[in-house]
Amino acid sequence: MQTRRRWEILVEAAIESLIRLCGVSAILFVFGIFFFVFREGAGFLFSGFNAREFFTSPEWYPTSQSHVRYGVLALIAGTASVTALAMAIAVPFGVGAAIFVSEFCGPRWKEALKITIELLAAIPSVVWGFIGLTVMNPLIMWGFGVPIGLTVLNGGVVLALMSVPIIVSIGEDAIRAVPDSYREAALALGVTRWQLVYRVLLPAAKNGLLAAVLLGVGRAAGETMAVLMATGHAVKIPTSVMDSVRTLTATIAAELGEAPVHSEHYQVLFIIGILLFSITFVVNLTADLVVRGIKRR
Amino acid sequence: MKTRLRRSNRPVTAPLVGLLLGAVVASVTVACGGSTSKQPAKTVIQDTGSDTMVNLAQAWAEAYAKVAPQVSVEVSGGGSGTGIAALENGTVDIANASRQVEPQEAAAAKKNTGKEPREFMVGYDALAVYVSKSNPMEEISLAQLATIYAEGEKVTKWSELGVKMPDGADEIILVSRQSNSGTYAYFREAVLGKGRDFKLGSRDMQGSKDVVELVSKTPGAIGYSGMGYAIPEVKQLRVASKAGETAYAPTVENTLNHTYPIARPLFMYTLGEPTGAVKTYLDWVHSDVGQDIVRASGYVPLPKPGAGQ
Repeated sequence: MQTRRRWEILVEAAIESLIRLCGVSAILFVFGIFFFVFREGAGFLFSGFNAREFFTSPEWYPTSQSHVRYGVLALIAGTASVTALAMAIAVPFGVGAAIFVSEFCGPRWKEALKITIELLAAIPSVVWGFIGLTVMNPLIMWGFGVPIGLTVLNGGVVLALMSVPIIVSIGEDAIRAVPDSYREAALALGVTRWQLVYRVLLPAAKNGLLAAVLLGVGRAAGETMAVLMATGHAVKIPTSVMDSVRTLTATIAAELGEAPVHSEHYQVLFIIGILLFSITFVVNLTADLVVRGIKRR
Repeated sequence: MKTRLRRSNRPVTAPLVGLLLGAVVASVTVACGGSTSKQPAKTVIQDTGSDTMVNLAQAWAEAYAKVAPQVSVEVSGGGSGTGIAALENGTVDIANASRQVEPQEAAAAKKNTGKEPREFMVGYDALAVYVSKSNPMEEISLAQLATIYAEGEKVTKWSELGVKMPDGADEIILVSRQSNSGTYAYFREAVLGKGRDFKLGSRDMQGSKDVVELVSKTPGAIGYSGMGYAIPEVKQLRVASKAGETAYAPTVENTLNHTYPIARPLFMYTLGEPTGAVKTYLDWVHSDVGQDIVRASGYVPLPKPGAGQ
């Protein structure tokens, strides 16, 4: 039998604890961030914060000289509308592209397509904002005949283009992970290729596809620079896709620099941060429960 | 047999650990080594704040680098509010502002740093009202501007102002600045009146240049920005302080003789009395050379005092 030298045992233990630390640190970081954000906004949250006005009023006047109001309803509507439109565009395109790349694509095209789609993910978000501002703006004005092109539509399209690579990468992995035995069995039963995808692969890859879509939602909801430039940054509840809006993330980015540290405005911005954190948390939790529900069935 | 087994089963950990240790030692050496630079230390002046003034501040910094190469002035924008907030925290030497410091901001600066902000007027800026070249309007009164921009006012179409826009671009597209902007604060006070706020739904742009660019691309738009940001694709409206009175264009002469109703001074603030390199820089800004740069950048220089400077 081979005996281990003492230093090998020590090194083994050290590396194991290092890896364990890395794993635990992920949880620590998440809690740390939440704690930090909560602490910065907590002062105002527990004294003088009017939650009803905050959630139901569309009037955002944090720097008013006469009548300060902190109502984020219009900002929540902005984030929701832009994210919803982005997902409505990105999910069909993304899932369709994932199915194409994994099932219908020839081997030579597959690699090229994957690399190109991942290139889309590498474009910095501020460049996307610039594209929205200079390219999509006149395009929308010309195409739809509207007075201004910095709208929900502009932001939604830009965000969709940013989320598609994520949905495609993870969705394609999910579809490819379906065992070949499913495919072979279905083909042996005489299905067409589309029936194979629609009836066998998509239900089998449901979990992975849902995860892909939710990561796309997370990217879209948390995006800051692109929406700051492409949506027109107007505090307004949108009544059509041709309205300008402002998102929660863009508000924090634009106003945190000027808010004097620990002032009311500063703390309200951190409360918006807590709100964003909670929204993402709820979305992920719902997704996790849905995925578990699907698994149990 | 035993020897051969041991050799092939020797774990990879030995060279791996050696590599890790080597990397750690190397990075520690580099971090703690420090650089032995032979250049003399450069004095750095941090100059942050007004976006209206950022081009001017940059022009000053570049010209000053030729005059005093051992001093480096680092300019950034962010809005007057951002600059003053940085001054309150003591993180900048000079804050540019296109509005005055509020009393509560001065109090906060005194509380955080022990010093009060010291004000220096460095020039004037006329706040120009920009519309698209296709807009037939030539002049506007302050009251009309207030009915367009203020909260609670119901004017949303050009036809309500008696302006017939070509191509049916009748909806007034309001372009404004974000709330950290000194231009925003000045417009609110001078045009909307004390105690009033902006109408919600205006497109709040980040910088003075962005406002003019958006107006140039949008036929139904109206926006306000510094006079120095004019481009050939937009039109500056003449402004009358009351309806029916003469409307004046935003020019240097009209600013200096106070006929243009919405002109404001530009300020630079320091914490307490400036000393050393900062004082020399501010003196240079006030000199003829500095004020020539103000005029060249499209702003209004300080009027020369009568006799002897």
